[in-house]
Amino acid sequence: MSNNTTYRTCPRSGLQFESQAEKLVIANAVAGVIFLLIGGILAIGIVLTRWPSVHWLEAATFYQVLTAHGLDMLVYWIIFFEIAVLYFCSSTLLRCRIATPKIAWLAFALMVIGSVMNNYAVYDGASSVMMTSYVPMMAAPSFYLGLILFAVGALIACFVFFGTLVVAKREKTYQGSVPLVTFGAITAAIIAVFTIASGAIILIPTWMQSMGWVEHVDPLIYRVIWWAFGHSSQQINVAAHISIWYLVAAVVFGAKPMSERVSRGAFLLYIVFLQLASAHHILSDPGMSVEWKVLNTSYFMYFAVLASMIHGLTIPGAMEVAQRAKGYNKGLFEWLRKAPWGNPSFSGVFISIIGFGFLGGISGVMMGTEQLNMIIHNTIYVPGHFHATVVIGTTLSFMALTYFLIPVLFKREIINPTLAKWQPYLFGLSMYFFCLVMMGAGTLGVSRRHWDMAFSGAALAYEWPGAAYLMMGLVGIAGIAAIVGGALYIYLTVGSLLWGKRVAQTKISSEPTPIPVGAPSAAAQSYGSLGFAAPGTFVLAMIFLAAFVLYYFINWKYLSTLWGLS
Amino acid sequence: MSAILPPTERLWWKHPLDRVEGTWIAIAFVWCMIMFFMMIYWHMYGKQNLSTETYKTTSEQFAAKAQAVVDKYTVRVETDFQTPVVAPPPGSDVYMIARLWNFWPILELQQGQTYRLHLTSMDYNHGFSLQPANINIQVVPGYEHVVTVTPNQSGTYSVVCNEFCGIGHHTMVGRIYVKAEAGNVQ
Repeated sequence: MSNNTTYRTCPRSGLQFESQAEKLVIANAVAGVIFLLIGGILAIGIVLTRWPSVHWLEAATFYQVLTAHGLDMLVYWIIFFEIAVLYFCSSTLLRCRIATPKIAWLAFALMVIGSVMNNYAVYDGASSVMMTSYVPMMAAPSFYLGLILFAVGALIACFVFFGTLVVAKREKTYQGSVPLVTFGAITAAIIAVFTIASGAIILIPTWMQSMGWVEHVDPLIYRVIWWAFGHSSQQINVAAHISIWYLVAAVVFGAKPMSERVSRGAFLLYIVFLQLASAHHILSDPGMSVEWKVLNTSYFMYFAVLASMIHGLTIPGAMEVAQRAKGYNKGLFEWLRKAPWGNPSFSGVFISIIGFGFLGGISGVMMGTEQLNMIIHNTIYVPGHFHATVVIGTTLSFMALTYFLIPVLFKREIINPTLAKWQPYLFGLSMYFFCLVMMGAGTLGVSRRHWDMAFSGAALAYEWPGAAYLMMGLVGIAGIAAIVGGALYIYLTVGSLLWGKRVAQTKISSEPTPIPVGAPSAAAQSYGSLGFAAPGTFVLAMIFLAAFVLYYFINWKYLSTLWGLS
Repeated sequence: MSAILPPTERLWWKHPLDRVEGTWIAIAFVWCMIMFFMMIYWHMYGKQNLSTETYKTTSEQFAAKAQAVVDKYTVRVETDFQTPVVAPPPGSDVYMIARLWNFWPILELQQGQTYRLHLTSMDYNHGFSLQPANINIQVVPGYEHVVTVTPNQSGTYSVVCNEFCGIGHHTMVGRIYVKAEAGNVQ
């Protein structure tokens, strides 16, 4: 049963790593970070071109760089890292061997070949079609083939993850239900299967069209199905980074979920309803009926939004309960003031939670409202929103997790702890500002994916208001600050791997040690106030709700002043 | 004990809710319902709802219909490209073609009057972004989208393409003039 593998127990965290799984987690995480590095370098070109007074790159180069940046960040960095998270949440947290390591390596190889092929197609010059590659604009065949190979690899990796869950169950390495974090990872993997299948359904015919084997892929059908891939892939991120929030809360505070039932129920709502969000991209399109738009954009009556609002309360709530149990019980916010703000895993996750909720969440619901979508569709508000969800939400959470994993998984000390302490603040807060000014410019109408807001050479040029130029200038400044923050992360990660002091290791065994069965804890809470276990978090949640309601209705107010449309 | 370990209570789904969670779920649920019914409410009482009237079309068919309106209602030409300015009567069908890299023709509408605006693309996806009002509509090739518009303010509006359509994307700007209502000259 040992399958010629060994198990290492980390002396610092008590986590147990199976040697095959460990190598796979490392390989996938490192591949992800390499794409983050490439995507970050490309970001310099985008930011310095959209900064109106700099306007650095030529149009052709700008669109090429923008295409590669989108793919490297939204697809390759995030999915490679997510596969690492899936393996970690199955093999490591359940203390079992990974299922079919050879097939897992095949998946990794396919993902590497696919991502390199797709990147090469973009740098080669004939595939500046943006990440979305809307037909009938055509890229080189290798562009689509690369994406398809990558998707197949990722799909296989998801099934290795599911197989590993079966191994753990069969070999009885744990008792009862899987941990909540693993449950979140299962949510992510289920969404991933749906996502990747949608991608294959639309990219395979598109690839065949680029080869000349298929005459015509319908542009509207392409948009509908592509977004079931393009948006749902971001829902994998949501499920994955929320799992990481729970994980970091558990690791840093020893926090226990306030209620397993509520948190798991919220993940279940994601599985059922979150994919409907892909309809958000079709709201200003011809073709789809009003009923279809309303039902889908609301993720079926906003049940997925409800789920996010639940996680947004239960994660800080769990931290608050754990802190209060340690005696930080004064007033509403002593638990927060006395939180380990110098620990980059915690600060990264906390900045991520607040930014994801306030900036990404509220803007996402606003722009995903059927009628309100018209006032932001394809403006730079859209990237403002998704940098808040994907960069502040996902990327920053992955960074926070990395600081935990460097000593635990990579067995190295972080080379410069002081710098690591500041990195989440620099990166996170400059991204806050970046997203805000981008959304500001989008509110004024500035287009996304646009090389020149001065419209040089246009017969009927439009003059943007001065405020729009100011906002885009601030986008440039904030973007550069965020890129410096990202570069620090790369330096700290790569530097620690290469030059960090080795963490002393003990205990390698040929058999897994099962997870000991814990004693049930008392349900009653004796701290908190007004019968609330987490009153501080509740106050934060009410502030969030007030901001949400206010911003939502301001947008309706603006919409009511526009041209009549029916 | 924690989120990274199996739940200690085997019957975790019977674990009672804390009041803070129960209260928040109730509040969040009510807010979700308000947002959901707001969209339906706006369809009944709001004045800005994007039409979903759509027909399959081809570039030849659409161009022919647009040309007929241009021939009938052109009042002058503008720009070096001799772009016609078309002033169709209120209530009529007006056409705007999106193509690499312009919107054609220029329209001249009257404030407070309603028009059926037909949009399509001759080639790639384009974006109809009406500025400074900031109304944004996707323009998809092969599909004729009929949007009923009622300009509520006079002035010169620009139509910026905000869907990436190639190297000349940034030069793709169209124009719509809205003339003030009679007796309400600004």
